[in-house]
Amino acid sequence: MNIGSGSLVTVPSSTGSWKSGDIVSDQFPVGLRVLVVDDDPTCLRILEKMLRNCHYEVTKCNRAEIALSFLRENKNGFDIVISDVHMPDMDGFKLLEHIGLEMDLPVIMMSADDSKDVVMKGVTHGAYDYLIKPVRIEALKNIWQHVVRKRKYEWKDNNFDQSGSVEEGDRQQKPSEDVDYSSSANEGNWKNSKKRKEEEEEVEDRDDTSNLKKPRVVWSVELHQQFVQAVHQLGIDKAVPKKILELMNVPGLTRENVASHLQKYRLYLRRLSGVSQHQNGLNNSFMGRPDTTFCTISSLNGLDLQALAAAGQIPAQNLATLQAAALGKSATKSAISMPLDQRNFFSFENSKLRFPEGQQQLNNSNKQIDLLHGIPTTMESKQLANLHHPSQSFMGMNMQVNSTSQHNNSVLMRLSQSQPRTQLLNGANNGSQVSRLPLSMQQSLSPVLTQSGIVDNARGSVYNPVSQASSMVDFSVNQSKELQSYNFSLGSNSSGLSSLTNRGMLQEEVNSDIKGSRGFPSNYDIFNELQPKSQNWGLQNDGSTFDTSLHPCMQGTQDVSSQLLLQQGISSTHNSGQNRNAPIEKPMYSNGDEIGHSNTMCGSQLNSGGGNMLAVKAERFPDADYQNTNIREQFGRDDLMSAFLRQQASVGPVETEFGFDGYTLDNLPV
Amino acid sequence: MESQKKRQAAYMKKNLLDQGYLDEQFAHLEELQDDANPNFVEEVVKSFYTDSARFIRNIEVALENGPYDFTKLDNMMYQFKGSSSSIGARRVKRQCSMFQECCNAKNIEGCRNTFQGVKQEYATLKTKLETYFQMEK
Repeated sequence: MNIGSGSLVTVPSSTGSWKSGDIVSDQFPVGLRVLVVDDDPTCLRILEKMLRNCHYEVTKCNRAEIALSFLRENKNGFDIVISDVHMPDMDGFKLLEHIGLEMDLPVIMMSADDSKDVVMKGVTHGAYDYLIKPVRIEALKNIWQHVVRKRKYEWKDNNFDQSGSVEEGDRQQKPSEDVDYSSSANEGNWKNSKKRKEEEEEVEDRDDTSNLKKPRVVWSVELHQQFVQAVHQLGIDKAVPKKILELMNVPGLTRENVASHLQKYRLYLRRLSGVSQHQNGLNNSFMGRPDTTFCTISSLNGLDLQALAAAGQIPAQNLATLQAAALGKSATKSAISMPLDQRNFFSFENSKLRFPEGQQQLNNSNKQIDLLHGIPTTMESKQLANLHHPSQSFMGMNMQVNSTSQHNNSVLMRLSQSQPRTQLLNGANNGSQVSRLPLSMQQSLSPVLTQSGIVDNARGSVYNPVSQASSMVDFSVNQSKELQSYNFSLGSNSSGLSSLTNRGMLQEEVNSDIKGSRGFPSNYDIFNELQPKSQNWGLQNDGSTFDTSLHPCMQGTQDVSSQLLLQQGISSTHNSGQNRNAPIEKPMYSNGDEIGHSNTMCGSQLNSGGGNMLAVKAERFPDADYQNTNIREQFGRDDLMSAFLRQQASVGPVETEFGFDGYTLDNLPV
Repeated sequence: MESQKKRQAAYMKKNLLDQGYLDEQFAHLEELQDDANPNFVEEVVKSFYTDSARFIRNIEVALENGPYDFTKLDNMMYQFKGSSSSIGARRVKRQCSMFQECCNAKNIEGCRNTFQGVKQEYATLKTKLETYFQMEK
C-alpha cells in the first residue's frame, strides 16, 4: 500500500492491492484471501467456517505440499496463510519458512501446544502470530492486521532507502539489519513515487510478494548483480556507496539506496562467513574472489534457494551475494532445506532487510561460492542452484533452484561447495552446469531477474556467475513473468531432471563431479536471506522430512525437496557457527527414505522476521540432472529440461560424490 | 411442542456444559451456525467422530504389543486431543491429557487405563450429542 501521506499508519483503504490489487480497499478486510492448512479435517472445517463468518475468502488445505502448490500457482492469490504446526507431511515451521521465502506472505501458526518453546519457535521462524487451539473466531477476526502491518513495514523499509540523511559511513556500520527507518515519510514520498516508478520498470510483477506497490527500490536480480559487480570491482573493503553508485550507473538509484543495500549485503556476507570462516573479512571474501560468483537468482516464487541453503559451504560472501541478489520480493529466507515440492525454488525476495539474513545460512565460508549473478534466466522458473554443502557431500548436487515463480525472484544461489569454488550459474537452472554454461545460458535466458545459479559445490566447478549482464538480479522478484518457475517435479520425472526450464533456469554450475547428481532439482532454494532470524538452513535438524527431502535433491534424485533440504541442511551444518539457524544436526542426506514425504519443500528456511524473506519458490522441477557436461551442451538450449532429462537418462542413480543414494524424484510425492 | 423441544435441547446442552462433557468451544461452534449452515455443529461433530476413529484404532493397535513407542503414542494422542478440543469435548480432552502423562512416564499400564477412559468418554459424548441434535431438530 502506498502511503502517500507519509503517515506510518496504513489505512486499510489504501492498501489497495492486496494481492494484485483485487481487493477493494474500502471493504478491507472483507475478502481477505486466506489459505488455511491443517491436517485435522475437523479443525479445518471449523476454521473455514469461522473465517467465512469473518467475510474472508477461504481456501482450505489439509496438506502442506498442496498448500504450497496453491501458493505457487496463485502467486498473488492469497493474502495470508494460517497453518497448523504439527502436520504429518511437513512441519508447519518448514512450511512457514517456505512461504516466507517464496511468497513472502504473512503466516500465522496454530497449535494446541502452547508451550513456550514452540511458541518461540514460531517467533523465530517468522510467524506473524501464533494461535492456540482451539481457535476462536475472535482471534481470526483480526488477522488482517498482519497483512497490513507487513505491508506497512515494507513500505517503510523502502522509504528508508530514500531518506538521504544517513551518512554513508553510518549506514554501513549500522548494525541492525532490520530496517527501522524512521525516515521521514514525507521526504520519502516523492522519492517513493519515483522509486516506485523505477521499481515498476524493473519489476515486472511486483505483486508477487507483497501486493503492495511499495515505493522502494526493488533490488532486482540484475540490479543486485550490478551492485555486486561494482562492489567486487571496488573491493569489498573499499566499496563505498558513492563509488558503487557510480559504477552501477543506474539512473534513479540513489546513494542511499546503495548504502542501505550495501549495509545489508555486508551483514549478509558477515553472516555467511560467520566468525570462523571469515575469510578476509566478511566482505572481502566475497568480493575478493574472482571466482566466486554470486548468483542471484531472483525468483520470487520459484527459486529454490535450497541449493543455496545447502550450501552451507558457500562462503559467506557468496551467499551474501546470492542472497542479496536473490533478495527480491520474495522473502529471503535462508533457504535451507526447502522441501522440494514440486517446485522448489526459492525466490528470494530481495529485501534489503533480508539481505543480511540470508547470509547466515550461507555460511559456507570456506568454500567459495560462485554465484552467478543475474543470470537472466527466465525467471519464471528459475531455480536457484542450491549451494551444496560441501561437507555434506551433498554438494555433488547442484541444486538449482529454479523458481518457478513467475516473479523474478532474485535468488541468491549460493553454491557452497566443498571445493573452493562453485559457480553458480544464474539464470540457468541447471543442475549441472558447466562453468561457463551459465554465461551462455544467461544470454539465452531472458533477462529476467531470476538467476538461478545452481551451484554444485561439491564439484568445485565454479562458474563465474558474474552477473550476466542480461540478467539482473531482481530482488523485487517481480519479474515473475520471465521467470520460469522450475519446479522440481518431484516425482514427476523419473529421470530426476529438475525442470530446469531452460527458460530461466538458474544455472547451476554443477561440478563436474556432480555428475552423479541427477534429478537435481533445478530449483534450489537458496537462500535465505531471511530476516534477522536465523535462517535455518538447518531445517534439517528437524529431521523432518525436510531433511530427507533435501537429500534427494542433492543427489539429483528426484527428491528435489530433499535436495533442497540437504542443501539447507548442509549449509546449516556447515555454518553452525555462522548460521543463526540451528545447526543442522542431521545431514540431510542421510534420510533417503524420508524423501518421499518431504517432497514439498526442501530446505525450509527460517523465516526470520517473518516478513521479508527470500521467497523461494520451489517450482517443481523435473528432476534435474545436473551433469555438467551434459548440461553444458544443453544449456544453450532453452530446453534445459530436455537437457536434463537426457542427462538423467544417461545417468544412473545419482551417486554423488558424497555418496548419496540417488533419489529418484519419482519417489517424491509430487 | 416446538418450543418445548427447544427448551429441552437447551436444558440438555446446559447439562452437558455443566457436567463438563462440553466446554465453551462447543458454544462457540454453535455461534457459527447461521441460516446458511443450520446444522453446522452437527456436521462437524459427525465428521469428528468419523475422522477420529482412526486415531482410536491406531492407538489401540499400538497399545497391544510391545515394544511400546511412547513418543509415537503421545503424538497420536496429541493429534486426537487437538481434534477433540476443537469440538469442545472437554472430558475426552482431559482423558487424553492423562494418557499423555502416562506416555511421558512410560507407564504402559497407565496408558492402557487412561485410554479406556478416553474411549469411554468418547463414546458417551457421542451418544449424548446425538440425542441433543435430535432434540434440536
